[in-house]
Amino acid sequence: MTALTTPNTRPITTAAADGTLHAAPIATTDLSAWFGKRKVLERCSLRMEQRQVTALIGPSGCGKSTFLRILNRLHEVVAGAQISGRVELDGVDIYGNDLSATEIRTRIGMVFQKPNPFPAMSIGENVLAGLKLSRRTTSDKDALVEECLVRAGLWSEVKDRLKEGGMTLSGGQQQRLCIARALAVRPQVLLLDEPCSALDPISTRVVEETVRELASDVTIVIVTHNMQQAARVSERCAFFLVEEFGEPGRIVEAGETKKMFDSPEDERTLAYVTGAFG
Amino acid sequence: MSKTEPTLAKRSSRAAAPERTLDTRDVLPAIAAVTGAICVATLSWATLGWHSVPGVTIVTLAVFVAILTAAEFVREEPPPTVDVAAVEREELTPPPLTVVREPEEAWSPETDRPRRRRAFRGVDLAEGLVAALSGLAVAELVRVVIRMQSLVGFAIWWYAAFLVAYFLLVRDRSNVEAAVDRVITVLVWSVGLLVTSVLVWMVAFVVAKGLPRLSWHFFTEDLSTVGPLTPGGGGKHALIGTLEQVGIATIMVVPIAILTAVYLHEINGRLARPIRFITDALSGLPSIVAGLLIFTVVVQGHGFSGFAAALALGVLMLPTVTRASEEILRTVPDTLREGSLALGAPRWRLVRSVVLPTAVAGLVTAAILGIARAIGETAPMLLTAFGSDTTNTSPTNGPQSDLPLMVWKLIREPVDAQQQRAWTGALVLVMFVFLLFVAARYIAGRNERRLRRAS
Repeated sequence: MTALTTPNTRPITTAAADGTLHAAPIATTDLSAWFGKRKVLERCSLRMEQRQVTALIGPSGCGKSTFLRILNRLHEVVAGAQISGRVELDGVDIYGNDLSATEIRTRIGMVFQKPNPFPAMSIGENVLAGLKLSRRTTSDKDALVEECLVRAGLWSEVKDRLKEGGMTLSGGQQQRLCIARALAVRPQVLLLDEPCSALDPISTRVVEETVRELASDVTIVIVTHNMQQAARVSERCAFFLVEEFGEPGRIVEAGETKKMFDSPEDERTLAYVTGAFG
Repeated sequence: MSKTEPTLAKRSSRAAAPERTLDTRDVLPAIAAVTGAICVATLSWATLGWHSVPGVTIVTLAVFVAILTAAEFVREEPPPTVDVAAVEREELTPPPLTVVREPEEAWSPETDRPRRRRAFRGVDLAEGLVAALSGLAVAELVRVVIRMQSLVGFAIWWYAAFLVAYFLLVRDRSNVEAAVDRVITVLVWSVGLLVTSVLVWMVAFVVAKGLPRLSWHFFTEDLSTVGPLTPGGGGKHALIGTLEQVGIATIMVVPIAILTAVYLHEINGRLARPIRFITDALSGLPSIVAGLLIFTVVVQGHGFSGFAAALALGVLMLPTVTRASEEILRTVPDTLREGSLALGAPRWRLVRSVVLPTAVAGLVTAAILGIARAIGETAPMLLTAFGSDTTNTSPTNGPQSDLPLMVWKLIREPVDAQQQRAWTGALVLVMFVFLLFVAARYIAGRNERRLRRAS
């Protein structure tokens, strides 16, 4: 618990030297969120277990992405954005007064809906961008690049062109590059915000396989619109819903994915997962 | 019309008109008529000396109509048959697409070449030529009738008539929409051509005037060593002055401008709106006012100097570079900023390592824009650098010359050699801006090339 309050400035070592990676559970308690005066989330309590994939599902505009962005304090970048309640990483409140947002974000990585490799950097530099940006060091940069690209399932495709620009890759490759970039800072939690919505089915499958493999090292939270994807990649699932227009989003039901899809307790969940609406 | 070219038949709400295509037999009588009319008009006006405007006009028109009628009389055209039922059917069903079939060949790797779509066919060229000719004819007619002297007026008449004729010709071959489209295309093309040619003409003019006397001596001798009647040479002091003044101004302004732009767009604090407002207002500041300001604040206490000139130029450059840089930062997608923040980047690192490298080419352009604004300024330099005929390498001590000041001074002197020196100065100024632009783009594109070359 005290580990989080000291800055994460230790050098990054390769996986082999590091042994196991330090995944940690993340949990919210009575989390509500506002944009200005508009309340967009209310009383969301959810525990996302370590070494598991938790999928956030629900129709558009129900606050899934906002919830995700609260988990790594990216929500507060937006003007007028506020929250109440607690978000705990490994039992420590990440909105605690002693902690800086940048510190939190090195521990909780994120991959966005649209692939966003840095255009002014080569593929290799993109992977190492997080180190440069958070002022951390590593003894062996090449080994780190290789390891992260291998874990993101991209190494065999780019190993001969690491000096090329990140934008020369296809959309699916760019997204996996972004995953590798997020992994390079050794996050304890990885957040994915609809990572496949801009990708073709084959790239989607590769990204999903990557996510499954990563689950053994880090806690993964993935927002998805795709029911089959949620069923394929996640152990646990949370269903978000705005019941009436103008109301904040709430978690209707959360639990094991299999149970959520086969025998949900709430009829609205059943209607959603069977495709009756949304 | 014996031969009918296949066309995309138009769906008309009126009765079906017979398909009309452009044919030499349509064009020749028109040209003949116009040419004949002009010949008659010129003949009766100039050669026979019959100076009556209405008289000549009537005779000309009469000849015109006569030739057209004769041509129409010679032509044999079957009367169009109108099938009412067919017309109604045509209203309901779209007309079939008729195309010229190319002979089909069996596929083989050798014959598998990309199909060439000819966007520009012979008929189009013919249309353009005919329209240009008839425009010329109309302009000539107008010139004769209203005794126009001006070549510009002639060109405007020609162009207007050309557009009308072109519109009519294209409309006859296809339809009104296509004709409007083509005419607008021609209009846009010719405006672009006009602007480009004016620019090229200006540069060519400066080169033609300045190049003959441009030699190594221009860079090695100043005006104190070159006599007023000696051709060539005498630009050293001015070039040194320009380099120092613009250089100092750039070094002072560009970092401030980029930092301000970063404040305006990346931080967007409470002061952003007032700063933006003041910057916009300042960008309209007349350069003489900047000169007066520095004259009052600096020169009256410390005397004329190149540094004072640099300050005046800086005042002029700052708003331009700031706003241009802000617009460039705007083009950096927000997804990159979010991506960096999500990696744990503090704001200033995100700006330094992601935003600025992504925008570097544009920022260089913004700086060049500012330099281009400043380098040709003359009015504020009179009040700050003052000008000099001797070489003064110190920007902080005493009057200094620069290229605009030198041009301004020499072009008013009634000596040929001095005026030519002024033109050479102008040419060096233009060349300097051009070289700067090329060099800056090259440096700014280095990273992009590095990322591309690896492939």
